[in-house]
Amino acid sequence: MKWNGWGYSDTKFLFNKKGQAEFTGKRYRLSGMIIPALKEWFEGTFGASMQHKSPAAPVLNSGAVQPPTLNEAFLEELTSTGIPFSHDAEDRVYRAHGHCLHEIFALREGKVGRVPDMVVWPNCHDDVVKIVELACKHDVCLIPYGGGTSVSSGLECPTEETRCIVSVDTSQMNRILWIDEKNLTAHVEAGIVGQDLERLLNESGYCTGHEPDSMEFSSLGGWVATRASGMKKNIYGNIEDLVVHVKMVTPQGVIEKSCRGPRISTGPDIHHFIMGSEGTLGVVTEVTMKIRPMPEYQKYGSVVFPNFEQGVACLREVAKQRCAPASIRLMDNEQFKFGHALKPQVSSMFTSFLDGLKKFYVTKFKGFDPDRLCVATLLFEGGREKVLQHEKQVYDIAAKFGGLAAGEDNGQRGYMLTFVIAYLRDLGMEYYVIGESFETSVPWDRVLDICRNVKARIIGECKNKGVQFQPLSTCRVTQTYDTGACVYFYFAFNYRGLSDPVHVYEQVERAAREEILANGGSLSHHHGVGKLRKEWMRETVSNVGMGMLQSVKDYVDPKNIFGNRNLL
Amino acid sequence: MSNTYRDSCGAGLENEEFVDILEERRRSSDLGHALRTFSPHPYKGAESCSNADLNKAVLESQYLRYIAKEIAAETGSSVEEVREEACGILEEMSQNLQLKCIRLMGFTMSKVLKRLYSGIFVNMEGLNMLQQSIQEHPVILMPNHRSYMDFLIISYIMFTYDIPMPFIAAGIPLAGMKLVGEVLRRSGAFFIRRAIGSDKLYWAVLSEYVRTIVKTGIAPLEFYVEGLRSRTLKSVMPKLGMMHMVMEPFFKGEVYDITLIPISISYDRVLEESLLAHELLGIPKLKESTTALLKASKVLQEDYGSMHVNFGRPMSVRHLCEGKINRCQYNLVPRDLPQKPSAEVQACVSWLANLMVRVQEEGSVMGPWALMACLLLQAPTIVLTEEGLPWQELTDKTLWLRKLALDFGARLNWPSGQGQAPDTDVMSSTVALHGSVVNRKSGRVFLVQEEVPARNRPISPEEEMISTAAVVLMLASYRNMSLHIFVRPALLATALHITKTTQKDELLAFFCFLRDVFSNEFIFIPGNSSQDFEEACFLLKKCGAIHVSEQEVTVSDAGLEVLSFLQALLQPFIDSYQVIFRYLCENEVHVHAEKQFLTAVRNLATELILSGELHTYEALSSDTHKNVLSALQRLDTVTKSRASEQNEYTVNKAAVRRIDDILSGKIPPQMLHTTPEAKL
Repeated sequence: MKWNGWGYSDTKFLFNKKGQAEFTGKRYRLSGMIIPALKEWFEGTFGASMQHKSPAAPVLNSGAVQPPTLNEAFLEELTSTGIPFSHDAEDRVYRAHGHCLHEIFALREGKVGRVPDMVVWPNCHDDVVKIVELACKHDVCLIPYGGGTSVSSGLECPTEETRCIVSVDTSQMNRILWIDEKNLTAHVEAGIVGQDLERLLNESGYCTGHEPDSMEFSSLGGWVATRASGMKKNIYGNIEDLVVHVKMVTPQGVIEKSCRGPRISTGPDIHHFIMGSEGTLGVVTEVTMKIRPMPEYQKYGSVVFPNFEQGVACLREVAKQRCAPASIRLMDNEQFKFGHALKPQVSSMFTSFLDGLKKFYVTKFKGFDPDRLCVATLLFEGGREKVLQHEKQVYDIAAKFGGLAAGEDNGQRGYMLTFVIAYLRDLGMEYYVIGESFETSVPWDRVLDICRNVKARIIGECKNKGVQFQPLSTCRVTQTYDTGACVYFYFAFNYRGLSDPVHVYEQVERAAREEILANGGSLSHHHGVGKLRKEWMRETVSNVGMGMLQSVKDYVDPKNIFGNRNLL
Repeated sequence: MSNTYRDSCGAGLENEEFVDILEERRRSSDLGHALRTFSPHPYKGAESCSNADLNKAVLESQYLRYIAKEIAAETGSSVEEVREEACGILEEMSQNLQLKCIRLMGFTMSKVLKRLYSGIFVNMEGLNMLQQSIQEHPVILMPNHRSYMDFLIISYIMFTYDIPMPFIAAGIPLAGMKLVGEVLRRSGAFFIRRAIGSDKLYWAVLSEYVRTIVKTGIAPLEFYVEGLRSRTLKSVMPKLGMMHMVMEPFFKGEVYDITLIPISISYDRVLEESLLAHELLGIPKLKESTTALLKASKVLQEDYGSMHVNFGRPMSVRHLCEGKINRCQYNLVPRDLPQKPSAEVQACVSWLANLMVRVQEEGSVMGPWALMACLLLQAPTIVLTEEGLPWQELTDKTLWLRKLALDFGARLNWPSGQGQAPDTDVMSSTVALHGSVVNRKSGRVFLVQEEVPARNRPISPEEEMISTAAVVLMLASYRNMSLHIFVRPALLATALHITKTTQKDELLAFFCFLRDVFSNEFIFIPGNSSQDFEEACFLLKKCGAIHVSEQEVTVSDAGLEVLSFLQALLQPFIDSYQVIFRYLCENEVHVHAEKQFLTAVRNLATELILSGELHTYEALSSDTHKNVLSALQRLDTVTKSRASEQNEYTVNKAAVRRIDDILSGKIPPQMLHTTPEAKL
């Protein structure tokens, strides 16, 4: 894994000696391929140039890391438990960040702020109980760490924290403890990462169907702690629908329910104090969750619409008829073009990005304006017959909104993009381009307005803040619900000529969030609040709501042992 | 910030390129102009949408459906009936813009404009900015309204410069004019009833219509924020209903931004000058009819000088409302449902409406005549009618005043400098242009006396007075064109004169009192009183009339002339207000019916003028009478109620007397209790 970028060390985008983009490694469908159009798109979109590079510091300079503040008494007792720990600089730095732009940008520049003073690796629930007990006894600050994919500054160590900070890395708690085939549940340790969970369940013929975009690296405990959402939630549900039972270790002891009843009426659901608690109350150690037999058949698909408005109208209708496929996502025009730029080279014939695009719409979609059309990607899952039937139903609805079927390949590429886009940000950062995505949820009648206004706000703010090049400001609708949708914004710009690009970036993102809220969007659909969005919590949940959350924190963790200072 | 809108405080017009658009018309064919290729760049987000589509979208909107159901439930009629009624309202209201008609209008207007005006000057820079803005966001054109000529001049300019034709909000009486109504409709006018009051369905149709136009950006929307044509050439306190409708799509996030374009139209001489003066004296206005218009066509024989159309800098609603509106307030209720605007929204709309009027004022261009009118009115009327004012004295004073006006930042249209006519020639031709008001005989300037047909002689003193009053009111109207330049320093001058104090805080208190009393008369931006005071101090200091220290304001010796001029400028208003205050206090009744009140006040003023107790004919103006009533309502001393036939006003005499006493300097000013701006 990279220490200052996304994902596996062997996998990255680069421009080779011929100036062609290439995706290294063997892990993805795109791996090892040449992507001929990417350079043209990249240069054209950002005004970036191969001549202007902004390379990262190659290795971590341990000298930049503050020596650990250790709590000797804690250390002594911990040693006697035999639970492994470390205060090696690299281990600590690695667990001091998530993947917000400012975090990665600082690492690339070799800058390191406050980091945990040590890391512990509990092996099971009981280990966690011991660690928490010792932490309480010796007044040590604990920060649970799962997959490290947070994009809310949730893993950042509070600079004002003077106690010893211990990162509780759950990665060794990664077993499926049992599978209950009668009730279709699995009991799993919370440190397991998404792809391992699916792979192991698949071996027994099951799946959870929970596939957040980060599933290669994010952990079950992290999903619970942030209220995660999966791409295929239309069939399987979001994390709150999947969880049957949770165990969490808090400074007051272990919290869990006494049975596995599918629904219970016993006052407010205590699971909802746990889900979304973002590591402020305790460590999630074990989860019983729903499983399903693996789907018999999967089929990708895509639909091209003449414009974004029609696309949204179609998604709305699909939601109204409650016939959404496992996944349905609508990309705007800019993303459609972006997707096209990522087409790998199939033959030796070289065609430019624009030529390819032209060919695509001229041959297939006469009359569609290439600068307005947009594409929806689809994923159907289930029995073969049912899938085909379902597919027809969805395409029929799409046709009413001027949508034309555009093939499985375009659909599949759309989903692949999800996994490689984070690698692309690292490529951009090599050439003075920084960017990020953020999300919201919004009622249906506001979807178009929020998309237009937020994109325009981003462009306007960039201009105001002195960004010299037109930014990429694009969005997609990634989830549909009965009453609204989840919208994702992508935003990136070329920062050449700016003295403090991260600050500019943060100001623009902040303005974009203000715009989201002013347009009836939520503070977050599934990324969570962390420290990045804390300033808007009070207006989001009201004073009383804040009081409720605060009083839970005060009872469960009066000494603020879980001191990451997220949320409140 | 008081000065955010004052980025061009430059004096004179030298820096701006005003182009006479008639020059081209005088050189080339009007027919060619009318048939020119019209290919404007519309708003980039606009969907092409026919007028029928627009109306359909309005009728089928969620909002109207909801309101129709609500009204049906309230009145017991069926939803279909209500919807039918809505359909009727919309038919009466909606525009039917057609390019053919614009061409026809263009042709006719070229002919008429050339006959009436020696030039129509338009600032090209403003027009270029407008052209840009129109492509970016929905645009609202906001001209001031001084003459019927305003009505299509904007469209005419837009047509000439390839800018999308606006939809124009117009008063319903215009729709009733045979032929003309239809022509206006096809030129993009849509018609709004007067006194909509609480007609829920009408409000709903209108606001949905306006909202749809703004939201879709199918055409720029043009409306008069003052609500109606100013009878006095003075800015009218803005109406807030339309302003709110126009801004709502931004508040609700339905558009990213809205661009407001303030437009200042200024005339050397206004077509309706005499009509307006008579109207103010209670001689009823002719009903707008086509025959009346034709009768008025002799008006077309005269010379009206030139017209200036100044397109202001585009103003972003998003930018203006930053920090003033929390748009989250619309999050919890569907945006399609009626929602009473919050206090925050009302205050913001009112602020913005007043700001727009101020910007219009700042953009307006005045000629020498506005200055001369100020000076003429300061001479006793008897002097003007009987012995005349020496020409030399008038011109000397005018040149003095020109300097003051320029010091105060006026946009003055006074050709001077090399290659231009000498100042005296400018003034001579100005006086010649206004032969309907003054004439110059043997080195003296006289007020024109209306010709009275021989058989009607001898005339009564009342009749004679009314005839003089009409001319005085015309003169006053032209003076009013310059008031916005002088009013803030004039309030301070008056405060100095009445309070006789040098203490800055006392002056500020009195300044604020005056500002409160007269804010139906002059446009002040709500909440800006201390900025206004600072501005007054700054300007008077700048022209050397006062010294300002931390605590004190003292008059300089050289400042007396300026201060007495400024104080005299306001005197007619103060006198007029006091006549009415005293009428209200001394009258036995304290409930007044509107019509009777207006007649009684006019009679009283007539009496006082004839007896020589009152020196200003302006006290006869019905506009002033109405403003006093509104001001007293605003100051919570009079309450309005709707009686069977007309409005009634209940007066709190003690409170009115207190205001009168403060105004006379008998007691020091107290904070007046003012209610927030009128409802939307």
